[in-house]
Amino acid sequence: MTTKQTRKASFRDGVNLALDEAMAADPRVIVFGEDVADGEGGGVLTVTQGLSTTYGTKRVRSTPIAEQAILGAAIGAAVAGGRPVAEIMLNNFLRVAADQLANHAAKLRYMSGGQTTVPLTVRSICGAAGGFGAQHSEFLDADYAHVAGLKIIAPSTPSDAYHLLRSCIEDEDPCLFLEHLKLYFGGAKERIDTSAERVPIGKARVARSGRDVTVVTYSQTVHEVLAAAGTLAAEGIDVEVIDLRTIVPWDETAVLESAARTKRVVVAHETAVPFGVGAEISSRIHEELFGELAGPVRRVGSAHVPVPFAAGLEAAYLVGAPEIESAIRAAVAA
Amino acid sequence: MTPPIELYRTMFTIKECDDRFWTLMQSGQIVLNYYSPRGQEAVSAGVCAALRPSDYLVTTYRGLHDHIAKGVPLDALWAEFLGRVGGTCKGKGGPMHITHPESGLMVTTGVVGSGLPIANGFALWSQISEDDRVTAVSFGDGATNIGAFHEALNLAAVWKLPVLFVCHNNLFAEHTAYAAGTSAEHVADRAAAYGIPGVRVDGNDPLAVRDAAAEAVVRGRAGEGPTLLEAVTFRFRGHQFGDDGAYIDPAIFASAQERDPIPAFRSRLLAEFGMPESEIAGVEDEVRTAVRDAAEGALAAPEPPAVELHTDVLATSLPGGAA
Repeated sequence: MTTKQTRKASFRDGVNLALDEAMAADPRVIVFGEDVADGEGGGVLTVTQGLSTTYGTKRVRSTPIAEQAILGAAIGAAVAGGRPVAEIMLNNFLRVAADQLANHAAKLRYMSGGQTTVPLTVRSICGAAGGFGAQHSEFLDADYAHVAGLKIIAPSTPSDAYHLLRSCIEDEDPCLFLEHLKLYFGGAKERIDTSAERVPIGKARVARSGRDVTVVTYSQTVHEVLAAAGTLAAEGIDVEVIDLRTIVPWDETAVLESAARTKRVVVAHETAVPFGVGAEISSRIHEELFGELAGPVRRVGSAHVPVPFAAGLEAAYLVGAPEIESAIRAAVAA
Repeated sequence: MTPPIELYRTMFTIKECDDRFWTLMQSGQIVLNYYSPRGQEAVSAGVCAALRPSDYLVTTYRGLHDHIAKGVPLDALWAEFLGRVGGTCKGKGGPMHITHPESGLMVTTGVVGSGLPIANGFALWSQISEDDRVTAVSFGDGATNIGAFHEALNLAAVWKLPVLFVCHNNLFAEHTAYAAGTSAEHVADRAAAYGIPGVRVDGNDPLAVRDAAAEAVVRGRAGEGPTLLEAVTFRFRGHQFGDDGAYIDPAIFASAQERDPIPAFRSRLLAEFGMPESEIAGVEDEVRTAVRDAAEGALAAPEPPAVELHTDVLATSLPGGAA
């Protein structure tokens, strides 16, 4: 494993390495989902490649295309003492099994008065990239953020993908781990220090320090915000970028500390603004810092429409650096 | 092998609890969303007699008969049904979510069909960890028309999971008669679609249920995969408390009453097994006392303290986080 620690890793590599090392470290960890075993290609995007060869098809299983069966099996195995990592290929398909995730995984602990717990990790690809259209491109952050009993993690870098996936697998609660499609293809590679202290769930990171305005974001949108921050730096606007990494429970302490310092805040995420995660973050900032802010918290997201197919329309739909720059300028002008 | 009198004890306990809940609701002493198992006692008694205490059971909101048959202690069960301190789930689950892992009662779901995929998960972990357990899951005939049923049977068959799928076919899906909502003549016929054994049994005969379940359990433990067991029975008290059963043909109801499993099995204990009347009456008296004590204990117990509202949501809450 020493070699794995030193080579440059993509986001996909980070996820694969986390699964590999988690399975090596703990025989309770099992992996299943559509096509995840090597006989079926190690996942449609090869994210789970090699696992079934190393750990066997008893612990790494390809499943039928049956999302309720997948999540149900994961829930039962988790309650019984396993550490299942279930893959639901795409976010949209979580809706096919929403009953298992929202009615059961999230609630069994509470409904049983704490007698049972569901240490389950659900991995799923989120986000729009490459023209997959309305039913293969969604990012279901807000949908599940409102369900009590779930944790939602959406990293933006290979290293965070590694550390946070391991944290999810070790966590006692059901975790929804969202992997943005674009990060597999477009993200930068980096060295992953697997011996470093594990990144905990619920802890944000400062992706860029700045004085003038705080932008709160997560997942792929972190990179759009960093690009915008680079552009604005040339105009003399110094942007602080907070990568939440965990959506539920989000790091309110880190966000409020930064907001109190810069007094201007923008929340940027890939999903649409209405009823989105940004609404909650914005409200909490206003509730805590209303009199101290230089202006209202701004929100920026993608269009509130089904994700369109045509490349130009998809690009127009997606929140990107230009929209984020506009929101930041508006916040700074206040 | 569980002696017949013990099967009867289980069945009579279920009936006695049901009667007592019914009386308390009718008199207005308690308010419950209550789904009576009256008439289905033999199914649970038979299935659980074929299981070991360590085996798992997943059930559904009409679950009182399963809870009792699997061995959930009456005191904790009653307290949970009434939402009181001392309940299995601290009063936070209620009748539709009874959970008691010590008895192997792992999940009670309020969603039709949702228990089947979860039962597969328990069985999957048994298969992987080689703990020699079998998981049984109960559901009604209505659940055999929902997608989760089909996904679960297919996966269990493909992975040869040690699962016993137990359909309590009480002839009605809520208010809809079996044939009006189900394409297959018999639920057990559906097993053929998944290449697994489908067994149809008289659900009013606890011995027939026990024997059929025992065969399926042997298959499951031997690694030969799941079985679909259809136990044909009836529910005498409608879908839920307040249901007048107007949609049930009186002739069907009357015919079902003639096959009421409690008096029928009691007669068999006397005639077929030569049990003395005094012994049966003695068991009934013991049950009445135990149920009365559990009911009185629950009625006297306080409601959960307000602090329970926020506990048990997550196993690990995180400092600095606002979940």
